[in-house]
Amino acid sequence: MGAHKVSAAYSVRIIIGFLKEEKQVEMLSGGDMLIRSLQEEGVDLIFGYPGGAALHIYDAIFKQDKVKHILVRHEQSATHAADGYTRATGRVGTVLVTSGPGATNAITGIATAYMDSIPMVVISGQVATDKIGEDAFQETDMVGVSRPIVKHSFMVKHASEIPEIIKKAYHIASTGRPGPVVVDVPKNTVDPMETFPFEYPKKLKMRSYTPAAKGHSGQIKKAVSMLLKAKRPIIYSGGGVVQGEASKLLTELAQKLGYPVTNTLMGLGAYPGNDKQFVGMLGMHGTFEANTAMHHCDLILAVGARFDDRVTNTTSKFCPNAKIIHIDIDPASISKTITADVPIVGSVDSVLTEMLDLLKESKEKPDEAALSDWWEQINEWRERHGIYTQPRYNTSGDMIMPQDVIKTLYEVTNGDAIVASDVGQHQMFAAQYYPFKSPRQWINSGGLGTMGFGLPAAMGAAFAFRDKDIVCVTGEGSIQMCIQELSTLTQYGLPVKIICLNNQALGMVKQWQDMVYDSRYSEIHYEDSLPDFVKLMEAYGHVGIRVNKKEELREKMEECFALKDRVVFMDIYVDPSEHVYPMLVAPGGSMRDMWLSKTERT
Amino acid sequence: MRRIISVLMENEPGALSRVVGLFSQRGYNIETLTVAPTEDETLSRLTVTTVGDDHKIEQITKNLNKLIDVVKLVDLTEGQHIERELMLIKVKASGAQRAEIKRCVDIFRGQIIDVTSTVYTIQITGASDKLDAFVQSVGDAAILEVVRSGVSGISRGEKVLSL
Ligand SMILES: Cc1cc2nc3c(=O)[nH]c(=O)nc-3n(C[C@H](O)[C@H](O)[C@H](O)COP(=O)(O)OP(=O)(O)OC[C@H]3O[C@@H](n4cnc5c(N)ncnc54)[C@H](O)[C@@H]3O)c2cc1C
Ligand SMILES: Cc1ncc(C[n+]2csc(CCOP(=O)(O)OP(=O)(O)O)c2C)c(N)n1
Ligand SMILES: [Mg+2]
Repeated sequence: MGAHKVSAAYSVRIIIGFLKEEKQVEMLSGGDMLIRSLQEEGVDLIFGYPGGAALHIYDAIFKQDKVKHILVRHEQSATHAADGYTRATGRVGTVLVTSGPGATNAITGIATAYMDSIPMVVISGQVATDKIGEDAFQETDMVGVSRPIVKHSFMVKHASEIPEIIKKAYHIASTGRPGPVVVDVPKNTVDPMETFPFEYPKKLKMRSYTPAAKGHSGQIKKAVSMLLKAKRPIIYSGGGVVQGEASKLLTELAQKLGYPVTNTLMGLGAYPGNDKQFVGMLGMHGTFEANTAMHHCDLILAVGARFDDRVTNTTSKFCPNAKIIHIDIDPASISKTITADVPIVGSVDSVLTEMLDLLKESKEKPDEAALSDWWEQINEWRERHGIYTQPRYNTSGDMIMPQDVIKTLYEVTNGDAIVASDVGQHQMFAAQYYPFKSPRQWINSGGLGTMGFGLPAAMGAAFAFRDKDIVCVTGEGSIQMCIQELSTLTQYGLPVKIICLNNQALGMVKQWQDMVYDSRYSEIHYEDSLPDFVKLMEAYGHVGIRVNKKEELREKMEECFALKDRVVFMDIYVDPSEHVYPMLVAPGGSMRDMWLSKTERT
Repeated sequence: MRRIISVLMENEPGALSRVVGLFSQRGYNIETLTVAPTEDETLSRLTVTTVGDDHKIEQITKNLNKLIDVVKLVDLTEGQHIERELMLIKVKASGAQRAEIKRCVDIFRGQIIDVTSTVYTIQITGASDKLDAFVQSVGDAAILEVVRSGVSGISRGEKVLSL
């Protein structure tokens, strides 16, 4: 046991000693301290679900009205909703669940947040300290179960520790490389009958946690000089730019240099998707021009991106001629899968600011001639196979094409909606055909790829932005994984628009079975047992609109968004045989090896 | 390459499980592990020996550093260092064997710390390969039980791992 634990009782004595002089110190129960601490952190919403071990905490919630509790219908949704709220706002989401099944139900959402570096604080009830280890009713070792998928976790041992633990939890979750933090709270530590002096710590001292802030100036200088000498440069930016609120800086840097920009799935919106310097997403389902430019470039400026395997394809064949500058706040992200030539550990905003300052001072300019050749080449790639220069899918058939659904969605929402997505082909179509103008507009599970994420995440975003169009792009498979949240939407009057690309199959899996398993469709069909989504919506008090005629798509989409105050579910029957392209050839391919359609490859 | 990584971490419940969990989660191997509190009771010193190429070791140290409970660490094998391991070993010792084993213990600068008419219990300290060599020279047939502490290490000279 460390010093501050053994001394809990001791410090209580000191504070009580203080009490005599400063009478205003309040005596609160652990439960009240917990909620007060949340108030002090500026938490306005908690997404949660009650149960035995959390009852004292729920009673503390009942007694106040500053922290509002949102009752979801499943603990997984509580985590996804908090996550969606965070991705839309940048503020740390908060979750409250009970012990045992409540805690384990939260695991998928914690893992989802962990993989995408999303800050979150999850408070879980726990059985009383003296029962821990006895297989008590609804006892699960939450700290143990969640250990590999949290940034850190705490187990409260005494009520008096609660304020400091909560302060640390929010600090750790939101600084450095963000991530989820679990606070496990045994029932006896929040007992309403026992009170202790409450004081919320103003400052924290953590000798073992000092996340990087500024990057190494020498490295930054070197990077800028390399940037200016490049002949075929590309900026590869990711989720770190969104998380690190550095989208403006990135845009300024890219435009000052005039270099092409590609975004990861997580970085979409960090650079305006409708700008001419944007070459589209890269990676598995990235554009031909982005992937080919990566392969042929001589310099990559990687900003808040982690060289994920969905991006690099075969690492030994990755960008053979490129020098790599890698800016990341987490040293472990740098040279993990791809070795960086110039590693810069620091937060994107600070590093990009320094880079911009150096560029402004520098007499050197980018090589105009080389850059113009490079753009000419990129534009030729765009013309050849780009998905934004002309449709690369069948536009003459009778069936509704999923790509057209997303394009129509873009037009009807004027490109301004906050779009949350589930996982599958529909997710990729949304990423490709909805050019996000700004960061935090695109909310999806990239690292874990969690089906069921979309609806609760959209719901979380809807709490933060009552006046925006909030959309959930989903598939008939994914939506059924957290569909119970339709009821939460009713309770809180959240007019989320659900755009379901109904291909009557687990489309993304089907695509792989087409391509790798000779169309042996193993367990991906269920068309005869799909619910009547229109009736289902009505049962929840919402509106369902079915679309199966191409010519009705736009009109019905407009009808959907005209219903400002209603939840609307658009059940759109799309071509069930359609695949997502481009698609990197894997395993064994490089980034320039792509399928461009069912029959064409590079 | 075999490495000895020495870690100073908060003496908190659960801290050790985070270190061990990290190794299994990321597929790193642990050859030996020792841990105990230091003179400052709020800190523990943990020594782990592992094998991996430079890239793997770099990832291991980066990920260890990321653990919130880890205060500081050093890869001792990067510089001059001293490593020690303690072994307690029980061997059959009767008849002619007795003298032979006694001689062997002396050569390895070990001590016989308990005796019966048929058994010696021996204590030996040193680098792991010295302990290996002793085990080998006594031979499987004679060995009844082996207890090894795992490696502890410290830098040579003035370099220290402290706050
Ligand atoms: C079906 C499916 C298909 C997919 N296809 C693709 C695809 O085609 N293309 C694609 O790109 N992805 C794809 N993905 C997503 C992919 O799995 C990864 O999630 C994604 O590529 C990772 O994005 P990222 O590199 O931006 O990293 P993120 O996971 O967003 O990580 C952010 C990085 O930035 C760092 N960081 C965070 N904050 C800061 C800060 N303030 N300062 C500095 N650094 C910071 C972090 O340490 C981390 O290294 C797909 C996922 C699914 C489910
Ligand atoms: C929880 C979970 N289980 C399984 C998968 C594997 N998976 C990825 S996409 C997909 C199909 C999704 O189907 P649907 O939601 O209908 O989307 P579509 O691909 O048809 O657009 C599956 C099963 C997953 N990503 N998440
Ligand atoms: Mg489907």
